[in-house]
Amino acid sequence: MFLKYLASTDHKVIGLLYGFTSLLFLLVGFVLVLVIRWQLAYPGDPVPLIGGWLGEANAPGGIVLPEFYNQLGAMHGTIMVFLGVVPLAVGAFGNYLVPLQIGAPDMAFPRLNLASYWCYVAGGAVMLASFFVPGGAANNGWTSYAPLSDLAPGAGQTMWLAGMLFIICSSLLGALNVITTIVQLRAPGMTWFRLPFFVWAQFITAFLLLLAFPALQAAAILQGMDRLAGTSFFLPSGLAVSGQRLEVAGGGNALLWQHLFWFLGHPEVYVLILPAMGIVAEVVANNTRKPLWGYRVMVYSLFVLGVLSFVVWAHHMFLTGMGTAVSAFFQTTTMIISIPSVVILSSLMLSLHGGSIRFTTPMLFALAFLPMFGIGGLTGLPLGLATTDIALHDTNYVVGHFHYLVAPGTIFALFAGIYHWFPRVTGRMLNDWLGRIHFAGSLVCMNVIFLPMFVQGLAGVNRRLWDGGAEYVHAQEVLYLNVPMSMAAFALAVFQLFFIANLFLSLRGGPAAEPNPWRATTLEWRTGGEPVRVYRDPYAYSVPGAPSDFVPQYQAEPQRAGA
Amino acid sequence: MIEWLGVPVAGAAHAGDVDQVMALVHWLMLVLLVGWGVFFVYALVRFRRTAHPVASYDGLRGRWSAWLEGGVLLAEVVLLAFFSIPVWSARVDAFPSERESVVVRVVAEQFAWNVHYPGSDGRFGRTDLVLVGPANPLGLDRTDPAAQDDVTTINQLHLPVNRPAIVYLSSKDMVHSFTLPQMRIKQDAIPGLIQPVWFTPTEPGEWEIACSQLCGLAHYRMRGFYTIHTQDEYEAWLVEEAAAQAGP
Repeated sequence: MFLKYLASTDHKVIGLLYGFTSLLFLLVGFVLVLVIRWQLAYPGDPVPLIGGWLGEANAPGGIVLPEFYNQLGAMHGTIMVFLGVVPLAVGAFGNYLVPLQIGAPDMAFPRLNLASYWCYVAGGAVMLASFFVPGGAANNGWTSYAPLSDLAPGAGQTMWLAGMLFIICSSLLGALNVITTIVQLRAPGMTWFRLPFFVWAQFITAFLLLLAFPALQAAAILQGMDRLAGTSFFLPSGLAVSGQRLEVAGGGNALLWQHLFWFLGHPEVYVLILPAMGIVAEVVANNTRKPLWGYRVMVYSLFVLGVLSFVVWAHHMFLTGMGTAVSAFFQTTTMIISIPSVVILSSLMLSLHGGSIRFTTPMLFALAFLPMFGIGGLTGLPLGLATTDIALHDTNYVVGHFHYLVAPGTIFALFAGIYHWFPRVTGRMLNDWLGRIHFAGSLVCMNVIFLPMFVQGLAGVNRRLWDGGAEYVHAQEVLYLNVPMSMAAFALAVFQLFFIANLFLSLRGGPAAEPNPWRATTLEWRTGGEPVRVYRDPYAYSVPGAPSDFVPQYQAEPQRAGA
Repeated sequence: MIEWLGVPVAGAAHAGDVDQVMALVHWLMLVLLVGWGVFFVYALVRFRRTAHPVASYDGLRGRWSAWLEGGVLLAEVVLLAFFSIPVWSARVDAFPSERESVVVRVVAEQFAWNVHYPGSDGRFGRTDLVLVGPANPLGLDRTDPAAQDDVTTINQLHLPVNRPAIVYLSSKDMVHSFTLPQMRIKQDAIPGLIQPVWFTPTEPGEWEIACSQLCGLAHYRMRGFYTIHTQDEYEAWLVEEAAAQAGP
């Protein structure tokens, strides 16, 4: 009975499998960071409550060892990005909604879709299993810079590479499927510029996954060869580790890994962001009761973002020894790519103007996304200028920057999507008050966690330090911030309980939802199984003269008020 | 602005340039954030459902968005062309001559900074991987005539004030990142490459060298020390060290 769902090729079932699995991984990644935050606030103090479960090899007496701390850091990043956010944004939301929103019967390749899900599960299982092998999980950062990763003892790093290979396969299969579905299976009348913005965002995202991930696929295989077959793709000659001359073939290049990694890594950032923008656009149009402001320009901006995201990668590498010409190129592309982001963000902001704003729970999350994503984007500017990057590179400023983009940015958008489409999926509404507590608590806590990171970073406190910087004199004045930051992280965990409880309680006991509870225009809210035809643009809200404040895309003729 | 940002004291000649870009870009960020924020709050209050029950199909008229985007682009072009690129160019292209500079090698390893001075002859002695050992982390060949007067230290970098310093940076094992926060210097040390970095200290003082790139389990305490002396103090220190390290 239950097994039937695990082998279903229905895009809605696969979407839900993706959703459930990725939410579990988000929880795992979050628990890892709670241990990190404890260690940063109270370096060397035993972790309370769960300290005993961390393993004697990792945390004797509950005290996190530096080796284990590095595992937590690497795996928090890996799990959150590759097993949590992307599968939720693309695998779950994309799978469930793209066919519905374009009026397709299913994805173009249903069996490929199922294969994609199981590749993802296999990758996740390998990653989780790596915590239990001798030496533990990978501990070289989510970026796995060589030679540290090449030479890391134990099986953890090798398992990380194997897990990544599965995850990349999964993403490639999924991306092919999304592209083909959107190109081939749009319902009659669903022209390109009648596509909801969310579908456009998924379309561009799929191209990014398809074109960027192969670089990391290749890099992971090369690093695997270095580790297992004695090659030296990333190992130059003449290394000495711990005072011992290293007997390797040599002749490789440590920087090559960074180029290959960031060639994926930067488009990956937009893979995290574009689907979130898509969700926010849907929720904003629906809850302002008006069309998106500048829909076409927003779509063009997606294209520009997609293309430019392939030529900014080395802004992660300004301090690897770059000359003027190369650094000028990557600084310039980085500044240019900020413009389409500004276009999309200001279009969403300006969409509020003239609206009739309903502050529903999904809308609260979508609204909060705007300034939070704004802070994340703005703090990217001093990191994208090579000169200021000298001071800020690899400090907590960077950590604050990308967490603003991904946590109160993307994850808030994902929450907005869950609250918005939960009635479509389950036929029941989520509890509004639990949702509002979840929203307000998360918003406050996330800002208390991430805002002080800018202060610490400007003071020069580096990231990835086991003691949070206590070793350094220049960190002393801002070290105290680690305690409120960590307290907010623990409070954030408490507020997520409201969300989890809401999901499970509403699944059975939530009030029954009308077929189109938000009075939305897009096709996924249509009832009835007859073939669909599309007659109009996606956001026909508050059309002058129409009898109600929304005209669905599938409705043939708006009834004139006077007719 | 730069006082509000709480950056470390500026102790090098180019630090003011870096700090200036830092201040300017944060001004730009602040203006955009406040501008957006004011509009955002205004829109939420003015266009809430109870105050504005019927939405406008057309929404905002005018080219506000284009002006905003044009303004951001212009500000970024100015930051790039007149500030960031020239400052960076001075860092990597305009190296001072070695004759008038203090030249040192810094070789990073897990988890220490090995410093190598050429001594009074101005020539670095030969180093060889075969000679690397606990007592000789640099693998310096003391039989080489050029090595006789060389001075090596671990985690101790001494430099004179108001004289350019050129550091030839390399790594024996992992990627490290050589960071002198007060000098506004940060440069990755990448095995297999030798990276030159230069600066002119302007403030005497004693500070710490930090490692900014995850390099293993003791990355968090890969801490060194650097001292900016007056010229006389520096020379005295060098003579004293050379005498202590010279072979019997």
